[in-house]
Amino acid sequence: MINKKLDRKADIQILDGNHAAALGAKLSRVQVIAAYPITPQSPVTESLSEFVEGGDLHAEYIAVESEHSAMAVCTSASLVGARTFTATSSHGLAYMHEMLHWVAGTRLPVVLACVNRAIGAPWNVQNDQQDSISQRDTGWIQIYARNNQEILDSVIQAYKIAESVYVPVMVCYDGYILSHTEMPVDVPSQGDVDRFLPPYKPHAILDPANPRNYNLVTLANPRVNADGILCHGYMEIRYLLQEALQKSRETIINVGQEFGKLFARSYANMFWEDRLDDAEIVIVAMGSLAMEATVAVDMLREEGHRVGVLSLRVFRPFPKDYLIEALSKARLIVVFDKNISYGSEGATCSEIKSALYGNRINAVIRNFIVGLGGRDVKAREIADAVRKSLPSLEEGGPNIEYPEWICHM
Amino acid sequence: MVAKSCTHICGESSPGIGEAGKTGEWRTSRPVIDPGKCIPAKRGKPSCFICWLYCPEALISKTIPVQIDLEYCKGCGICMYVCPAQAISMVNEGEFCSEQDGLNRS
Repeated sequence: MINKKLDRKADIQILDGNHAAALGAKLSRVQVIAAYPITPQSPVTESLSEFVEGGDLHAEYIAVESEHSAMAVCTSASLVGARTFTATSSHGLAYMHEMLHWVAGTRLPVVLACVNRAIGAPWNVQNDQQDSISQRDTGWIQIYARNNQEILDSVIQAYKIAESVYVPVMVCYDGYILSHTEMPVDVPSQGDVDRFLPPYKPHAILDPANPRNYNLVTLANPRVNADGILCHGYMEIRYLLQEALQKSRETIINVGQEFGKLFARSYANMFWEDRLDDAEIVIVAMGSLAMEATVAVDMLREEGHRVGVLSLRVFRPFPKDYLIEALSKARLIVVFDKNISYGSEGATCSEIKSALYGNRINAVIRNFIVGLGGRDVKAREIADAVRKSLPSLEEGGPNIEYPEWICHM
Repeated sequence: MVAKSCTHICGESSPGIGEAGKTGEWRTSRPVIDPGKCIPAKRGKPSCFICWLYCPEALISKTIPVQIDLEYCKGCGICMYVCPAQAISMVNEGEFCSEQDGLNRS
């Protein structure tokens, strides 16, 4: 259903994921971009610098000497009231780690495109999700895209979410699988994006006329400041960040619904559902892997198995309670992770287990580690893993403590 | 007195005295000025004031006698080192605590 008030007309462009991300930033009218090129993110920085150089985007493109500096520049730019964008991958994201905490702690609505890539050692430039999963606890919202349309749409929504709740947003998409693969993307007009996304209103601003200190030493306990105001201690500031992420779930859904009304592509949930209505077996996956899983479901449905896919779109805040209804009929949940918390299991598997606790869903959960360092994950392999898990449905079936790996070991 | 509570969502403050809290609580030793040695006190006219110039927290007054704001003095001891008359000595804070107040750390 297309809203007639909009000047939207189908503008389908063939774009790879990196150009979709760059275009999303441009349409969001970003004002400052500070980024450092890294494989496979480099084309994002190249596109944006071309937009700026060619006069198509009125923004400051700040070439920095490292990702740590990139995020430091984003912090300052956001604090003086500029809409700010950066992009990185893998080691670049790891190098940003410290500043990710600073941005979230200062509640700055910076948006970062993370082109998911494996992290060393050993050296590898291909895809998995270890990089962004390793930044899980920095206080950023994390959104994962399944295809290039979702990359573009998520970057635009990310600004609206971030600037509503004052929490930075990381839009993650799979390196090469999406970043370097071209597919049709419906590109909204600038006018329509402007209708959706109002200008950035900072919660705090550095201004020489009104001198402020940000992030000076904040002791554990609240204290009375020079103006006689009882100011938060460190712990209260950190509590507010957690509270903001908890509450952001509603904002994420509302923004997704609003986007759907304007652009006829709804993002009204924090996860995608495919054939879950009658599914007793649920495959859980995140990013492009979820698309592959739908092909596996086709195969397994032909064999008579009632299988569906739950694809996680938002990983932080984790949509705990929101998942319960979708998983209420599940007897077997097979979680595929392109990451691992070494010594434990895949990160999304732990989250699913945690979400189910105390909700009377007694499903067996199996976890498979797949696709690390760009190892291809075929739909057939996903289907095989589900078939291998079927004995867990039987009385006294195996309960496996550690994840299984789909690799040659 | 606490007038109103904080609406900040990040660590934020305005430049002003006491924004980092009562930093005098950090002090383990206290600068004590001997007026018999302190140059402005001895001469009875504005002079020297090197301690005022060097205090990194700007807590020393340019007055006669020279005064140190102990509410915020962290006890760094720079005033003692720069005093040309050796008029300032650093005294362990324990010396100033009574047995009853439970703060005697000496």
